[in-house]
Amino acid sequence: MSDHSDHGFAHPQSITTLLTVFAALVFLTIVTVVQASFHLGNWEIWIALFIASLKAALVLYFFMHLGHEKPFNILVFFSTLFFLALFLGGTLSDRNAYRNQLEPDIDEPYRSEAPAEAAETAAAME
Amino acid sequence: MTTGAATAPGGVRDAGFVSDNENYLKNSSGVLSWMFTLDHKRIGIMYLVGILTSFLGGGLLAMVIRYHLMAPGGATTISNDAYNQLFTLHGAIMVFLFIIPSIPAALGNFLVPVMLGAKDVAFPRLNLSSFYLWVGGAIFFVGALLMNGLDTGWTFYTPYSTSTDTSVVMATFGAFILGFSSIFTGLNFIVTINTMRPPGMTWFRMPLFLWATYATSIIQVLATPVLGITLLLLIAENVMHIGIFDPEFNGDPVTYQHFFWFYSHPAVYIMILPAFGIISELISVHSHKGIFGYRFIAYSSIALALLSFLVWGHHMFTSGMSSVTVVIFSALTFTVSVPSAIKVFNWVATMYKGAISLTTPMCYALAFLFLFTIGGLTGLFLGTISTDLHLHDTYFVVAHFHYVMMGGTVVSFVGGLFHWWPKMTGKMFNEAGGRISALIVFVGFNLTFLPQFLLGNQGMPRRYATYDPEFQWLHQLSSIGAFTLGIGLLVAGLVLLHSLYAGRQAPANPWGGATLEWHCTSPPPFYNFKHAPVVGDPYEFANVHYDEATDNYVFTELPRTLVPEEPVKTPTPAGGQS
Amino acid sequence: MANTALQADPSHDDAGHHDDHEHHENLAHHFDTYEQQFDAGKLGIWVFLVTEVLFFGGLFCAYALYRNLRPDVFAGSSEFLNTKLGAINTGVLLFSSLTMAWGVRCAQLRQHKMLAGMLAATLSCAAIFLGVKAIEYSHKWSMGLLPAGLYTYDPANPHPAGGPNYLLWICAPFAIGLLFVVGWLIIAKIKKDEFKVRVLMPLTVVFACFFVGVQLGTILESGGEGEHAAGDDHHVVAGADGHAEHGDDHAEGRADEHLEDLDQPNNLAIEKADLAGLEVLAQDQSNPGARDTLEALKRQEAVASGSVLQGDQRPVESPTEKRVTATPKQAGVFFSIYYCMTGVHAIHILAGMGVMIWLLVRATRAEFNENYFGPIDYVGLYWHLVDLIWIYLFPLLYLIGK
Repeated sequence: MSDHSDHGFAHPQSITTLLTVFAALVFLTIVTVVQASFHLGNWEIWIALFIASLKAALVLYFFMHLGHEKPFNILVFFSTLFFLALFLGGTLSDRNAYRNQLEPDIDEPYRSEAPAEAAETAAAME
Repeated sequence: MTTGAATAPGGVRDAGFVSDNENYLKNSSGVLSWMFTLDHKRIGIMYLVGILTSFLGGGLLAMVIRYHLMAPGGATTISNDAYNQLFTLHGAIMVFLFIIPSIPAALGNFLVPVMLGAKDVAFPRLNLSSFYLWVGGAIFFVGALLMNGLDTGWTFYTPYSTSTDTSVVMATFGAFILGFSSIFTGLNFIVTINTMRPPGMTWFRMPLFLWATYATSIIQVLATPVLGITLLLLIAENVMHIGIFDPEFNGDPVTYQHFFWFYSHPAVYIMILPAFGIISELISVHSHKGIFGYRFIAYSSIALALLSFLVWGHHMFTSGMSSVTVVIFSALTFTVSVPSAIKVFNWVATMYKGAISLTTPMCYALAFLFLFTIGGLTGLFLGTISTDLHLHDTYFVVAHFHYVMMGGTVVSFVGGLFHWWPKMTGKMFNEAGGRISALIVFVGFNLTFLPQFLLGNQGMPRRYATYDPEFQWLHQLSSIGAFTLGIGLLVAGLVLLHSLYAGRQAPANPWGGATLEWHCTSPPPFYNFKHAPVVGDPYEFANVHYDEATDNYVFTELPRTLVPEEPVKTPTPAGGQS
Repeated sequence: MANTALQADPSHDDAGHHDDHEHHENLAHHFDTYEQQFDAGKLGIWVFLVTEVLFFGGLFCAYALYRNLRPDVFAGSSEFLNTKLGAINTGVLLFSSLTMAWGVRCAQLRQHKMLAGMLAATLSCAAIFLGVKAIEYSHKWSMGLLPAGLYTYDPANPHPAGGPNYLLWICAPFAIGLLFVVGWLIIAKIKKDEFKVRVLMPLTVVFACFFVGVQLGTILESGGEGEHAAGDDHHVVAGADGHAEHGDDHAEGRADEHLEDLDQPNNLAIEKADLAGLEVLAQDQSNPGARDTLEALKRQEAVASGSVLQGDQRPVESPTEKRVTATPKQAGVFFSIYYCMTGVHAIHILAGMGVMIWLLVRATRAEFNENYFGPIDYVGLYWHLVDLIWIYLFPLLYLIGK
């Protein structure tokens, strides 16, 4: 095998770190499940996303070694969030602005087994 | 065989090969040695053959379309439905199979590692697989053509694409696969340029073609996945009616357009940015003068790549987008003109007081400057909301994007092909024939598309099989121009084919370029460079002198002989005769 | 799939090139050093992950659009998803991420046997994940909870009889795979092919784990209460049958209570439908997941009739009072997005498993060391990203309005 000394690029992680991170991830999963049972209205999704992002950060920093990564690779990965934000921002904000025109005023009735009824409603609308 | 390297006065160069066996075209033979090659140059050649075939197919469809439009009711017996399929196939083949892979995948594959001074791209197997993905995607496209055809336009807009009987699923799956091919090519180039630059090749010593390719790759990697998921959802919409894009199931067609143009607007820059790179090389080399404003051109490529993600909405001004969004996208659209104009001004300034030789590549480059400027300026009309409402979906749009895509990308692609043809094949082409082809292409192109601006402004909608008689003379003019253009491209093709068996042996540096590919022999050896070359300024022409005896440009001083003093810690280069 | 091609192996290189440097066996000819090769691969995989994020970005965008448009439909439809199954799968994927990260460490430290073990553990977790997913999918398909165009769910008859046995179809490829691996293993044992045995043994476990996942899913889906689902596999597996029925009884009891809680003054038709549905359920003892289904049903009906809607959820600009909120098409959109997101995610799991089997073979050959652990690291990064996506999918799909 190789006798080269240029292998300083391997950074084995300690088992303690790995296990601690795993424990934290499981803990956060439990937290998010428990949190979901409280009805917090509009905040709910943001709290859920915050917890998910915490977990994501743990995975990224420890499991994916983002801490030891070259700055350029970190930039590459985080640039994706910028472009994702552009995409989501542009599409969502536009959709919100025109959603009034999007939704039909009266949709067809819920019962799928009553097509006759649906036809009647449609006729009535016209 | 003799090489420029061997005859360089007082020059010793480590690049170059000693025997004909090391020429990449001849170092191994047989069909299998091509099909399973990992050599980026051979893969580039295979791509070239593939995309030129697609170009021929798409071009013939265009000829049929133009012939049909000679008479108001249609000059042929083609039905209106068949006409819809014709223009869809023309568009889809040209966009997905030809223009997007044309410069990056064909010329880029060949040139990027050589210009960079590397032995190959970073992931040769990924490179080969991306070629086969292209082939697979092409098969699906042709399959769709043979089965039920396709009549949605190349954009696959819902709801039509979810209600038509034609093979939308098959064609979109083809485009999906082609997207992966494009992503892998881009990924490969980004990694290659980042990690495989030899000593001395700093970012600002890279030829501008590499900057342009790098910017293109960024777009390919960032935008194409969104196309992938869009097409996947469209397939699901067709198969399972998922109700995301299809209004019949409470989906939203405008959302489809957002998804689609988030990719497809940047894709416009995938098409045009590498063309900018080629023009930067062509104008500098054939003016024998260093490029003017190197950093501005380099940065403007990156700026264009990033700005291209901000302006997708300008394709959707009339789609039902909210008026606030329309205004924002319109304003952002104008920012794109700044980096584009920077490039044009720098190219013109490069030619100023240069020793311009009107070779075939230079003729194409000049044609590009003229055509691209018209294409770019007419884009401003379409980015302005009030005029766009009048011009949207008329022939004005058709003329505009043909000036950019065809007059810009295709003309520069043909120019680049002539420029690097001696390097790729080792043969010189007939210079007079090449110049004549450039002239015919230039005249034919303008004759085709200038009348279309007038047609559009007078209200002729695009994609119509028939028209009112008052438009006839402009349509006929346009058709005659199209046939002229076709003949011009045919002449160009014949000149290149003719050179393959009758051309004289190309010297290493027939044009007097200073970038690294002109330091290898023509054609380059299998491994490009025996040792990592040491790199100087790519646009420093003071050392490049014409040697009449060999009809070659030689490097009079030794800008590149500075072999690194410290022993390279590498294994002896694999493939070398060590 | 990209990962397989990301690193180059000189043994497959083009003709005209012979590698006479034994001590550089895993260094491709166009790289100068191991570190350069590693860095190139690393940048390559990060760029690939960028494309993956944007690929899923489109799905998240669709999710945000439609949840924003109809939060009520999403909350109602999410009731059909079993939180316990989602949570278990989250745990399984997190554990597989742990073993994968550990595997990278093993590769760097030349712990070859442990590396193979870690890869096998990761693969097994992936198989369990898919097994649980198979239960979730087949259960919903049989109820007609399908994408908008195929949505046939009928609250009056949530478990129509006579549909195809979806679970069988999903399991069939894995069963065939298991038989194939076992057969091959036996042949290898007979032939005393030590290497193949060492590869095929863990693979047998991996395929078997798919059925462990199916079993686990069945138990949890059939409405075991909290104490049953506490993750004590042996206990649960042992008592599977008994608990299933017990769970059903429980479910109906609770569902009845729940029904009384619901206040539906203004929609007689729906209430009637509910009762009819209940009757069907009461007769059908073998139905797994009755409780979840019933609750979901109540919730969705209530939401549809507008009786449960909160004022802040209702679109303010609603032009008419007569608006009916949830039509099959709209509920279908939730399931469209659910299937697209989890389906694309499952395809990524499958792709990751394919690549990891290849790594397992190479790890058994002890090919990795501190100079050459790139492939493990790259696949690991990919695997963590798949995990990351799930970390977001879980609360977004399973935990709405619980």
